[in-house]
Amino acid sequence: MANTATNGMNKKTKNLRRRARVGETLIQGLLFLSGVFSIFTTIGIVYELGKEALLFFQMPEMDLLQTLTSVEWKPHVGKFGIWPLVTSTLMTTVIAMSIAIPFGLSVSIYLSEYATPKMRSILKPILEVLAGIPTIVYGYFALMFMTPLLRNIFGNDVVQIYNTASAGLVMGILILPLITSMTEDSLSAVPRSLREAAYGMGATRLEVALQVVLPAALFGIAAAVIIGISRAIGETMIVAVAAGAGPNFTFNPFESAETITGHIVRISGGDLAYDSIDYNSIFALGLLLFVITLTLNMISQRIVRRFREVYE
Amino acid sequence: MKAIIPLTPSPSLRGRGEHAHEYNFNIEGRNRTGTAWRWVFQASTIVGILALIALLLNIMNGSFGYVAYEAKVDPATLAQDGIPLEEQSREQLVALLQSKLSKGAFNKLETDEPFEKRSRANVLQVVNERIVKYEIVQVWDLWASLTKSAKIKATVEKDFPGAELEFISWLTTDFITRPQSSEAITTGVRTAILGSLWTILFTILFAFPIGVGAAIYLEEYATDNRLNRIIRTNINNLAGVPSIVYGILGLAIFVRTLEPLTSGEIFGLVDPTTANGRTVLAAGLTLGLLVLPIIIINAQEAIRAVPQSLRKASYGLGATRWQTIWSHVLPNALPGILTGTILAISRAIGETAPLVVVGASTAISFDPASPFSKFTTLPIQIYQWTSRPQPEFRSVAAATILVLLMMLLSLNASAVILRNRFSKRY
Repeated sequence: MANTATNGMNKKTKNLRRRARVGETLIQGLLFLSGVFSIFTTIGIVYELGKEALLFFQMPEMDLLQTLTSVEWKPHVGKFGIWPLVTSTLMTTVIAMSIAIPFGLSVSIYLSEYATPKMRSILKPILEVLAGIPTIVYGYFALMFMTPLLRNIFGNDVVQIYNTASAGLVMGILILPLITSMTEDSLSAVPRSLREAAYGMGATRLEVALQVVLPAALFGIAAAVIIGISRAIGETMIVAVAAGAGPNFTFNPFESAETITGHIVRISGGDLAYDSIDYNSIFALGLLLFVITLTLNMISQRIVRRFREVYE
Repeated sequence: MKAIIPLTPSPSLRGRGEHAHEYNFNIEGRNRTGTAWRWVFQASTIVGILALIALLLNIMNGSFGYVAYEAKVDPATLAQDGIPLEEQSREQLVALLQSKLSKGAFNKLETDEPFEKRSRANVLQVVNERIVKYEIVQVWDLWASLTKSAKIKATVEKDFPGAELEFISWLTTDFITRPQSSEAITTGVRTAILGSLWTILFTILFAFPIGVGAAIYLEEYATDNRLNRIIRTNINNLAGVPSIVYGILGLAIFVRTLEPLTSGEIFGLVDPTTANGRTVLAAGLTLGLLVLPIIIINAQEAIRAVPQSLRKASYGLGATRWQTIWSHVLPNALPGILTGTILAISRAIGETAPLVVVGASTAISFDPASPFSKFTTLPIQIYQWTSRPQPEFRSVAAATILVLLMMLLSLNASAVILRNRFSKRY
């Protein structure tokens, strides 16, 4: 017995050299496939959206010039002016950001420069809760709280039941935690030595915050704002519930108007027939959304990378 | 450094250096400004918290309150053999339907779904809908119900003499276990809860292995070459793509191109009521694509947190790369990976837009039975009910939001427990 065991050991010793392991290679191959899967997703998005969007633009009634100049979006009667959808998207985005940027900056300055650690440990989870609530719940909130509030303040004849103002304001609340957490990260990444130096020069806390820390974190804040804008443009359920159905070329925030995302959701509810005008148009609009948000995200990432290089 | 940080002195300090006798630091004024701004920052934070409180109160406000309703047929007259309607057996209820409904209507119900296969709750619901016919005449929210209850009672007595006024919670155990129906007072979210769970099951089955695999590849195998850099950037970009774009992608790929797969055709399991690609499976896969980047990013972080010394020790004992990963890296990273996955799941459970585009059905009253069934989910129902003009459906939506939030709360609580219980500090 002992003898065979030693023999076995000897054999093993001989085989200790590196050898090809089929299992290991196979597993590595599978892991690599999972890794590149995300690239296929992107290719899938570009290919599928591009293909159907191309069909949309090749339709006989289609006129690219008219798309870019007309203010009427009625695909069924051959009117493809994209502006009503774009302006309402811009309006909700601007309203949302006019809430999210000032409040987001204030909250993050408070959290990073003023709040005690204990205060921070209470406030940050609350903001995380705000960020974790599904957007459809915000949609309900916009319709059932913000709209009645606006109608009480400005009057029922001024504010329509569905309006971009209430959707935009609630979207601002939704984006607030996103901007706050990104901004706070970049504020706390500013080295302590800068703050200490400013205090040493006799600056007050506010002067340190606004004139030393904030400028030093400017790139991080810019990145946060851009991500916020991208999020606002792509936000769907709040506008689908509260902003109204039907494209409307208007700059009045108290009127109902349909955004790009809201339009996609409305016409794709129910069974959408393949290769109809509506079907192709949602791909064209989806492609537009994808290109806009992708560009914004890439700009933001580039900014973040530059910001990191400065301090690390 | 210099170019990045424009460290300019404050206006009050600028240019005072030359004339020493003019030093005026205006400390009081600066402190006053400081205090004022401090209040502004604090107030903004409070506004954020108030928004959250307003949101929660608003939902509570819709979920409870007075309801005035009328019944076409008094349920008391439907008692059989002295047993009240609510307690009758399924067979008795079916017999009741047969006697009270026209033959055509009864057969229609039978072809929709044979009575043999229906649950008692479902039959009772049909009885309530078709024979008793409760009709809501008016609803009041919680605030009105609490502050103006006397006025409400007077209004009902005057305007709707036959109506019954009751203070109800829209969220009840019945509401959770009842299948969906077209009447606000008899509807429930059972169909939607099951739909959500089915969908999420396929999301996890699809996204978890691929996501963790990708994270292992990127953290343990990938060298710093061009392809891997592209993969990393690409994952970050995908995390920022609006969810509705994933819905459109899912519509094109899972619903249309892969219809034989998602409708169950290639398995010979086509659900006769569906027979197209708008199924639980297609929805689950679409949400899987959506949460994949989140799972990858979280799993990467968890794997990165496993100290290098563990890997070195394993290699030192002669373990291969995969042995090291499987027996040392993954067990240590698992709590982190699971926490990240739970967060991704709670994102998926709350998603609405992509599922609308993929083609959720809004009016189904039967439980999803297979991956190839039609589906609806909780957020879809909230959207659907919120969009209806009748106020009673807004209350139903509010109650559904409570169910959804409770589901998310328990998921997040389990993530926190997992993190606290298993997190190790090296």
